[in-house]
Amino acid sequence: MINPDSVGRTFEGADSVTVSQSEIDAFCAVISETNTTVAPPTFSIRISLSQYESILTQPEIGVDWTRLVHGDQKFEIYRPIVAGDVFKCSATIETLRVAAGNEIISVRSDLHNGSELVVSSWSTLVVRA
Amino acid sequence: MVNFGGARMIEVGTVLEEKVYYLDRAMLKAYADASGDQNPIHQNEEFALSVGLPNVIAHGMLTMALVGKYVTDWAGGSAAVKEYSARFVKPVIVPADQKVDLTVTATVAEVNGNQVSLTLSATSAGVKVLGMAKAVVLK
Repeated sequence: MINPDSVGRTFEGADSVTVSQSEIDAFCAVISETNTTVAPPTFSIRISLSQYESILTQPEIGVDWTRLVHGDQKFEIYRPIVAGDVFKCSATIETLRVAAGNEIISVRSDLHNGSELVVSSWSTLVVRA
Repeated sequence: MVNFGGARMIEVGTVLEEKVYYLDRAMLKAYADASGDQNPIHQNEEFALSVGLPNVIAHGMLTMALVGKYVTDWAGGSAAVKEYSARFVKPVIVPADQKVDLTVTATVAEVNGNQVSLTLSATSAGVKVLGMAKAVVLK
């Protein structure tokens, strides 16, 4: 079970993440995007999802990653991500509810390059019963 | 009215040209590596069946990335996208040795200054896979 005390709290990712051109190139290649000077709009999920996994599976929060399903996703992109960006990622657990035994959490991820907020994204994650 | 690129009519209700993208297991593997999401339900048929899925399914975020490509092609590049959201209502099912379709269309929902809101539609094998899908792009 997810710890209800974690709702409303913001957790900082441990490390900063530096975006490389090769990561952008690989992401673009999958979707046949030939302009690799900026990252595609969903690229930031690469950073957010791994940060979610390391943050939300901590014992004090208690998400069981093996039972996770992605319910929905939203991005607000203040400027496109480019190679060389160095991001600190935070995860804020905005809501938690239980439906039919499934735990449904809404998590916000903010990616900051220094003091600049570059992308905010919201994920609804369902931990299946 | 249908248009894509060229001399664009951008007014509320304009329907954009349908495009079809194809997914296969190789694309799922490439996306797993590019995104870091190595969940075996997207690569291993035996595992997918063991957790009650009909077959290997595409990452919801791969579907969203491909629909994102539709949006950025229309909008003139990745940098034009300001907001993008979708609900994953049904999985895209990807059997071995097959290419499955992802069929995408959009309608102009709102024009506000230099921003255009698109309502997006995405189906695979005739089944709606994204719900409440929309994007806001710069003109």
